[in-house]
Amino acid sequence: MGRNESTAVALERSVEDEVATLVARHADERGGLLPLLHAIQDALGHIPREAIPLVAEGLNLSRAEVHGVVSFYHDFRTRPAGKHVVKLCRAESCQARGGAAVEAAASARLGVAMGETRADGQVTLEPVYCIGLCAIGPNAIVNGRPVCRIDLGVLDLIAERIST
Amino acid sequence: MTRAWVSADMASVALGSDEVADALVAAGAEVIRTGSRGLFRIEPLVEVETAEGRIGFGPVTADEVAAVLDGSHRNRLGKIEELPFFARQRRFTFARCGITDPLSLLDYEAHGGWRGLNAARLLQPQDVVAAVKDSGLRGRGGAGFPTGIKWQTALDAPGGEKFIVCNADEGDSGTFADRMLMEGDPFCLIEGMAIAAHAVGAQHGYVYIRSEYPFAIDVMQRAIALAAHIVAPFTLEVRVGAGAYVCGEETALLDSIEGKRGQVRAKPPLPAHVGLFGKPTVINNVLTLAAVPFILSEGAETYANVGFGRSRGTMPIQLAGNVLNGGLFEIGFGMTLGELVEEIGGGTETGRPVRAVQVGGPLGAYFPPAMFHLPFDYEAFTQANGLIGHAGITVFDDSVDMAHMARFAMEFCAVESCGKCTPCRIGSVRGVETIDRMLAGGRGAPDRVEALPQIRNAKGGARSVNDEEVLLRDLCATMRYGSLCALGGFTPYPVLSALDYFPADFGLERPVEAVER
Repeated sequence: MGRNESTAVALERSVEDEVATLVARHADERGGLLPLLHAIQDALGHIPREAIPLVAEGLNLSRAEVHGVVSFYHDFRTRPAGKHVVKLCRAESCQARGGAAVEAAASARLGVAMGETRADGQVTLEPVYCIGLCAIGPNAIVNGRPVCRIDLGVLDLIAERIST
Repeated sequence: MTRAWVSADMASVALGSDEVADALVAAGAEVIRTGSRGLFRIEPLVEVETAEGRIGFGPVTADEVAAVLDGSHRNRLGKIEELPFFARQRRFTFARCGITDPLSLLDYEAHGGWRGLNAARLLQPQDVVAAVKDSGLRGRGGAGFPTGIKWQTALDAPGGEKFIVCNADEGDSGTFADRMLMEGDPFCLIEGMAIAAHAVGAQHGYVYIRSEYPFAIDVMQRAIALAAHIVAPFTLEVRVGAGAYVCGEETALLDSIEGKRGQVRAKPPLPAHVGLFGKPTVINNVLTLAAVPFILSEGAETYANVGFGRSRGTMPIQLAGNVLNGGLFEIGFGMTLGELVEEIGGGTETGRPVRAVQVGGPLGAYFPPAMFHLPFDYEAFTQANGLIGHAGITVFDDSVDMAHMARFAMEFCAVESCGKCTPCRIGSVRGVETIDRMLAGGRGAPDRVEALPQIRNAKGGARSVNDEEVLLRDLCATMRYGSLCALGGFTPYPVLSALDYFPADFGLERPVEAVER
C-alpha cells in the first residue's frame, strides 16, 4: 500500500469514527437528527456522503430520509466550504438600504459568484435571508461574526480579512 | 471604580460594542454587558453610573472611552429613558431589555422577575388560562390567534405528555424583537414558558431558534441552565434551525424538531390536539410567551386596558430598513402607520421621501404614504389587504423599484417553499416568470409547448403587459386560496399591493387612483 493510499484510508477511518461517536451521542435523543447533523457539520465542516448510511443506521432511518433532511435545509453542506464564509443578507430590509448593489459589488470584490466557493478555496459567498440587524444593513455574517452597514469600504475590509 | 453598561446584543456588537467594552475595561471601568436599549442610531451606547443616575453616551468609539468616563464626550444623551424615542414607549415586555445583565438571576429578580410565575403557581391551571384569555393577548407571531383559547384547547386535551414550544424562528426581514428579547432578557421568555407549562400541564419545552441567531442561541442555552432549578420540574432545551424560512410556520417547525424535513402539516388536527411527537402542544411566538409574565404579575386588566379595538396590550414594533430611528418601539396598538414611520422613525435615513413601507415581513403588503392613516391593529391591516405580522416595518425611499420587490417576493417564496403544496411550489416560480415577462413588455409569441397542436387549453399568441397582469392576478388568487400555509398564501400580499399602488413600475399605464380592490 502506497503512502498516499494509507493516508486516505486513515482519513476516512477518522471521519467514520467521528461520525460514529456523534451518532452514539444523539441516538437516544428525541428527534435527534437535526442536532446530530449540526454536530457532524460543526466537527467536519460539512456532511460527507459516507456519513449518511452511518446516521441512518444509528437513528433507525432510511438513507433516503437522512438525505432528504440534509438536502432540505440550506445550512447543511455536502461539500466543504471555503476557508472563510461570507453570508450576505439578501432580504428586504437590507435591500432598502442598498443591498442589491452591495451584493453585486461583493461578488466582484471577492471574486466569487453568489452561492459559490472561489476556485482557490479561500472564500464561500452565500445568501442569507435576514440576520435580524434590519435597521443597520446591509449586513453579513463573516466567519460567524456580524458585520453591518456594508459599503465599498467595509467590503475592502472583508476582502482583506479573507485574503489570509 | 466607575460602573458602565454596554450592550452585547448582536446588532450592538456589529456596530462595535465589543471593542468599546474592552476599551472601557482597559481604562479601569467595571463593565456590565446588557441587551440593547433598542435605538441603533445611538449605538454603540455606553451608560455610566453617576450621582444623577445612568447617563448615556452614544454613539461612542473605542478610542473615545476616556471622554465618556470623564463625562466630556460630545454625544452625551442624558438618561436614556428620557429620550423622546423611549419616553413615548410602553415597555411591558421589554421592560428590562438593555437595563439588566441578561444572565444575572439577581438582576432579574430585582427587576420584577419570577413574580408572574410565582403568581401563576398559586393559581389553578384553569385560572391561569382565564387570566391569559382576559388579557386579550393574541399570537404575536403574526396570525393573531387568541392565546388563551389555544392554551384552553391544550389544557382540555387528554393525555399525560404535553409540550410547550417556543417559535423563535424569526425569519421575517425587518423583524428582530425575538432576537433582542432572547439576547437581552432570556429569563422573561423562560418564565413565560414555565407559566404556560403550569397552565396546560406540560413537562418539557423546546425553544426553536434559527441558526442565523448565534448570539441568541448561546444566551438562551446559558439562561436555561441557570434557571433550571427555578422552573423545575418543567424542563427546557434549545433546538437550532438550519436555514429554512418555512420552519417559522408552526407545523413545519414541529416536524423540524422531530428531525424531519420542515414541511407544513395540514390542519386539523391542531397542534394543541396532535402536536409535537403527536402530543398536545402549545406553540407560541417568543413575544407571546414573553408577554405572559407581565399579565400574571400585573393583572390581565392592566394589560387589556392598553390597545385598540380587538388588539389588546402592547406590540414591540420594529422599525427597519431605510429609517432614521431604526430600532424597537414597544407601544399599545392603535398608533397610525404614519406616526410610526414619520414621527417615531423620523422618515428615511437617506433623507429622501418615503415611497413604500412593507409591514409584517416578506409576506406583508407594501403600503404607500397614502395609507399612513392605518392604525396599527390586526383588523385594520387585514381590511386593507395587508397584515401586521410580527410587527416589522421596513421603510423604502423613492429609489425603490416596486416591480423588482414584487419579483423578489415571488423569488423568495420559490427559494423557501417547503414543496408540499403546488400553488406555493410551482406558483412562485411562475410568478417570477410572469413578472419578468411584464418587465420585458409582454411576450411576442407563445412558448414552444403552447404552440403544439395538441394544446387546446392555453391561450396562445402574443400577450401584452396587461394580459400578463391578468395572469399574475389569477395566479395570486390561486396561491392565496390554494396554499397550505402563509408562505404561499400570503406571498400575493406584497405582489398585489405593489401592482395596485405602484403600477407604473410594472410598465402599466393606470392611474393609482383608479384602483379598486
